[in-house]
Amino acid sequence: MTWATLQIELSAKQKNRQFSILSKSKPLSVQENMQELRSSAHSRRSEPQFDMGDVIYFCRKGVESIIDDEVTKSFSAQELESWNLLTRSIRRFPHRGLRLTLLWGLGVLIRYGILLPLRVILAVTGIFLFVILSTSVGFLPNSKLRFFLGEKVHLMGYRFCVKSLTAFITYHNSENRPKNGSICVANHTTPLDVIILANDRCYSLVGQVHRGLLGLIQRAMVKSSPHIWFERAEVKDRHLVAKRLCDHAADKTKQPILIFPEGTCVNNTSVMMFKKGSFEIGCTIFPVAIKYDFRFGDAYWNSSKFGLVHHLLRIMSSWALVCSVWYLPPMNREEGEDAVQFAKRVKAALAAQAGLADLTWDGGLKRTKVKDAFKEEQQRLYSEILLTFFLSVSLQLHYIGNQVNPLPVFT
Amino acid sequence: LSFLECSWRFCGRFKALWMKAALPDFKIRELTENPIGGRIIAAFFPPEKERLDFPSFVRILAHFRPIGKNRSRDRAQPEQANSRTGKLKFAFELYDQDRDGKISREELLQVLRAMLGLQVTEEQLRSIAERAIQEADLDGDGAISFDEFKKSLEKVDMEHKMNIRFLK
Repeated sequence: MTWATLQIELSAKQKNRQFSILSKSKPLSVQENMQELRSSAHSRRSEPQFDMGDVIYFCRKGVESIIDDEVTKSFSAQELESWNLLTRSIRRFPHRGLRLTLLWGLGVLIRYGILLPLRVILAVTGIFLFVILSTSVGFLPNSKLRFFLGEKVHLMGYRFCVKSLTAFITYHNSENRPKNGSICVANHTTPLDVIILANDRCYSLVGQVHRGLLGLIQRAMVKSSPHIWFERAEVKDRHLVAKRLCDHAADKTKQPILIFPEGTCVNNTSVMMFKKGSFEIGCTIFPVAIKYDFRFGDAYWNSSKFGLVHHLLRIMSSWALVCSVWYLPPMNREEGEDAVQFAKRVKAALAAQAGLADLTWDGGLKRTKVKDAFKEEQQRLYSEILLTFFLSVSLQLHYIGNQVNPLPVFT
Repeated sequence: LSFLECSWRFCGRFKALWMKAALPDFKIRELTENPIGGRIIAAFFPPEKERLDFPSFVRILAHFRPIGKNRSRDRAQPEQANSRTGKLKFAFELYDQDRDGKISREELLQVLRAMLGLQVTEEQLRSIAERAIQEADLDGDGAISFDEFKKSLEKVDMEHKMNIRFLK
């Protein structure tokens, strides 16, 4: 698997950004585009006004969006350049000869007949052991031994899970591993991100209280190590959330809190807007970048298409889960920087390290509409072009008027 | 890279497009912030049709092809979609929604209102529209025909402004 890790490092260094089919020239502002349109049409225009050709700029931008846009691309599975023998990665089965079909058939047999059952057995054993051990550690009195054993049990649980997914993880820059009493932020592709990161050191997780199997695991986790689980009603109350996070982070002996500021899963070709909540708290932030090699299996959880169990089965029936984790050096909020700017700075560093596109769109767009404010911004920019011309024309007329009537003082 | 060679990429995008016609809110986020987004979508659908099939989709996008270098071949078919006339016709139809062959004052006002929104007053809007019609309308009938439209845009470099290139 050293070959696989070498491949990841190579591709992360190359341009591994969003695959765009349009060749876009340097992005110009609305003003610059309009100037170009107009200057080619009217070179010596003293009376600028609305030009019938102005609509062409918006028209072309619109059609370019239809062909290829950033947001839709981030919420659908990545495109592969060459097939990896998984029918889920392509639209139609490529009928390119008997040999390919046979290879694919063999792949299906191996994946569903050998790999999947083994992985499921491992996963079930791991969760079972974890729940039992964690609960028993919880019975010990509150002491250093309990803390130590708690960590060990957690790590064991995560290692079992990682083995069950056959995840090959490479951790880079381990000297920047998050320290106690801080916050760790990472980009979010799948709920399994937690397992990938927690394989290396223990984190305190933040999340909603669930019912069923997940709820059972959550309760078992809390017994041996401090996590922050919210009731559904509490999530709405931002101050309460912020207070609990603050209290936890202030205690320097507690494990770092793991937060995903995007708020939703994105398909690992880009990083969406970071929500400012976790950056307002004011303690050290350790950014961590995760990049999956999607040739071995797509790790993105498209929650509108399939549920969690289906997603887990998909991952377990892929070839493997190969990823790279980069620990970035810690960042603090600087003087005169507000939470939003700080969040942008962290996001830019994270995107640059992992080779992802840095987008300013909100991850919430997966489910909601775009606000009208964006359209109004475009309208405002365009109106400025027209209105500044109006202003300059009226000023010119005023000036000419003054010149025509000589001042009586001089006669 | 010919249009048809890229066709397999369009399959997914195009599905999103023809289903969206029935929905008032757009699924393509960047199109929502475009002031004339609704008109662009309407331009893809021929009048009275609710669904778009793939050949029609490609035919509309053909307007945005760069004009070919082989001029002699193009001259044989002057009414090609990506010729200068074809591109001008597409832009003309963005204004002329009722397809009567003329851009009336009302239609021009509608486009201006879409592009400027609430940023200008009604007065300013009307005066802008008035001046545009005065300048372009040569035969004095108060509306802009396709030939007058062509004349007013004769110096605009359509070949470069209205084309979309694909990566090889």
